[in-house]
Amino acid sequence: MDNKIKMQAKNVDFFYGKTQALKKVSLDVYSHKVTAMIGPSGCGKSTFIRLFNRMNELVPHTTLCGEIFLDDLEINNPLVDAVDIRRRVGMVFQKPNPFPKSIFENISYGLKVNGIKNKAFIEHKVEDSLKKAVIWDEVKNRLNDSALKLSGGQQQRLCIARCLAVETEVILFDEPCASLDPISTAKIEELILELKKEYSIVIVTHNMQQAARVSDCTGFFLLGELVEFGKTQDIFTAPKDKRTEAYITGRFG
Amino acid sequence: MKKDFSQSLGFFGLFLCMAVTLLALGSIIYFITVRGFSVLSWDFLTKVPYSAMTKGGIAPVIVGTFYITFGSIIFALPLGLACAIYLCEYSPKSVVVNIIRISINNLAGVPSVVFGLFGLAVFVKFFGFGVSILSGSLTLGILALPMIISSAQEALLAVPQSIREASLSLGATKWETIKNIVLPTALPGILTGVILSIGRVAGETAPILFTAAAFYTRGYPKSIFSEVMALPYHIYALMTEGAHPDKQRAIAYGCSLVLLLLVLFISGLAIILRQRQRSSHG
Amino acid sequence: MDGTVRQIYRAIISMMNMPRFKEKLYKWIFTILAFASLFFLVGIVLVLIKEGLPIFQKVSFSEFIFGRYWYPTYNPAEFGILPLILASIWVTFGAVMVCLPLGVGSALYLNELAGPRQKAVLKPIIELLASIPSVVFGFFGMVVLTPFLQEIFHLPTGLTALNASIILGIMATPTVCSIAEDALNYVPNAFREASFAVGATRWQTLIKVVIPAAGSGISTAVILGMSRAVGETMTVLMVAGGAAVIPHTFLEPVRPMTAAIAAEMGEAPIGGGHYHALFAIALVLFVITFLFNIVAELISRRFRIKLGLSG
Repeated sequence: MDNKIKMQAKNVDFFYGKTQALKKVSLDVYSHKVTAMIGPSGCGKSTFIRLFNRMNELVPHTTLCGEIFLDDLEINNPLVDAVDIRRRVGMVFQKPNPFPKSIFENISYGLKVNGIKNKAFIEHKVEDSLKKAVIWDEVKNRLNDSALKLSGGQQQRLCIARCLAVETEVILFDEPCASLDPISTAKIEELILELKKEYSIVIVTHNMQQAARVSDCTGFFLLGELVEFGKTQDIFTAPKDKRTEAYITGRFG
Repeated sequence: MKKDFSQSLGFFGLFLCMAVTLLALGSIIYFITVRGFSVLSWDFLTKVPYSAMTKGGIAPVIVGTFYITFGSIIFALPLGLACAIYLCEYSPKSVVVNIIRISINNLAGVPSVVFGLFGLAVFVKFFGFGVSILSGSLTLGILALPMIISSAQEALLAVPQSIREASLSLGATKWETIKNIVLPTALPGILTGVILSIGRVAGETAPILFTAAAFYTRGYPKSIFSEVMALPYHIYALMTEGAHPDKQRAIAYGCSLVLLLLVLFISGLAIILRQRQRSSHG
Repeated sequence: MDGTVRQIYRAIISMMNMPRFKEKLYKWIFTILAFASLFFLVGIVLVLIKEGLPIFQKVSFSEFIFGRYWYPTYNPAEFGILPLILASIWVTFGAVMVCLPLGVGSALYLNELAGPRQKAVLKPIIELLASIPSVVFGFFGMVVLTPFLQEIFHLPTGLTALNASIILGIMATPTVCSIAEDALNYVPNAFREASFAVGATRWQTLIKVVIPAAGSGISTAVILGMSRAVGETMTVLMVAGGAAVIPHTFLEPVRPMTAAIAAEMGEAPIGGGHYHALFAIALVLFVITFLFNIVAELISRRFRIKLGLSG
């Protein structure tokens, strides 16, 4: 496995109005690795991950300085359309957010907006994505039921499948298990480990054990700063910064 | 002891206010129902009037009301929906948006008879549509516009931001998101607002006085450029014009009852639907 | 220099970006259509001005507003609308006397006394009653209230300012009640609890805490009710009696501005003095309701700020 850099943030500052949410953050996301971001709530980790697919543009009165690269492309370049970036960098949100449509339509939606009309291909892709997200067996007999009838954990796996269907290169997970029970959480973690074979993955979590279980690299955020970034093993066993150590050992957060 | 007394008296006063309000409004419905009921019959609803409006039914009047009401909604719905979409989905918070919002509020407060004059000067005279279904529908449409906008806005705001984000994160454009996700989700709420507006527009009289309504036309309206008879105007005309006030009064009771039932049914439907939607949104 | 060239180049490229062209087109369509309300509002003002101002070639502004005689069809015609303005004021004032206690009282009852179940039934009913068409109210006034008033006051006609006031007041009550109830809902429960905590009774809390806190919200309700009463046409046309003379008591027939427009426009020859005078009345009416709405807007904005709600 190579250590190719897939996405890269360079000196990123981010402001909500006049409040600075991120201070000079630089971080690399490697291909086919899981990169975790941990830290107490309000530390800026969720804000940061939403920069990777330009979701923060939807929030009014925000300013971004610094550069973010996807391969060699600076994604905030005015020539680059946010829509094109989002087709390459998918996102799974904190709360499961299926569309109020059928299970099938939820998955096929991304394909349709990407201009795919071939019915057989779409059907194949829906099945494939649901299988990859390990939810196929649970829903294969009721693809036309409303997605809202599924349980929370099933809904979240459906959202992952929805993301897989558009064949993004990177998947961003913004606290994907925050609203799930332990069994569903375990299933999602297993899934993430499986998915990293094909995708580059970034996950934000406030659950340190989760970061330790699934990630290869970990960044620790505090008050808008990236305090420490390195191999997960190193961060959890031999943190260089005192603040990281204090957080890891549960002295705050 | 004194405290308790003033409290009981005060609370009784409030109860009295509520009781009087319900009693007054209830008695209106009661009188019209009781006296109008004897006029109501199948023929009354399905036959054309004859003998100088003293015999026959009011079918063309009901049909006329139907035409101008739906005409106005056909005009106001796309416009109002577009405006609500702009305000909820596209607008940056700015001076422009404030101006639009203030003009919507003020348009909602314009007296209905002023709409009538506007329709007379612009649609009837300037565009030369004459006193017609078209002129009346356009005039009523402007009146309905603020209602449609505000109910559509409410419906759009009730769509959770999270599913907009989900759609955008899959690489959908803003318009694709609005068309495929936001509008279908908001549709029930939008429809409820439309039904509510229909209920109000159907009972409006002043705007159609000089733009659409006639006391008597032969049979049913033939095109969008014909004058029409409409229920609310008909009630007024039966009470103030014509040669046989006593016989006309009985028909006016019938018309009032039909209009009242129609409006209460439509508005009631909308209110029930909205209550359901609000509770399902939590 | 290099930077400018690059910017121009970028602008051209982004314009050429065809798939996104559709997006921009839609945005522009919505933006333009969003101005429809403003367009119609301005259109109404312009029409009223264009068709109304010519009357001031015949009479001066002060003769128009303060003239005591409205004889638009006489020769020579007189275009004094003071009787009409006073009639509108009288009738509106009378309507407020009815809808203020009934509407606000009902709102207080709903908010403070009715249980959740009762409220769940009464609120939609009040809302439903607000949808009864004005012509039905007018009809009711003509056939029921008119003979009744005529009998108890021994009047030559029951079609009077009093009749119009009562009917208008009842008609505006559900609107006032709904808006006032919303205002009461916004009063935080902490206010009430704080008052109970120092030993106040429910009634004292209501009078001294809840009503002052919701005061401007309630005023907004009343102003909007008044605005509706001033602009209401069909009921006053049917029950106010229609005499265009300066009223002295509530038991005389009157002709409010809206009724004058509605009743006379049909007979006024288009382009004549009478026609222009009626548009000028509509302009006055528009200005009055516009002011009402602005005042209501300002008060309700202050109310929201006072209670710490977002504007």
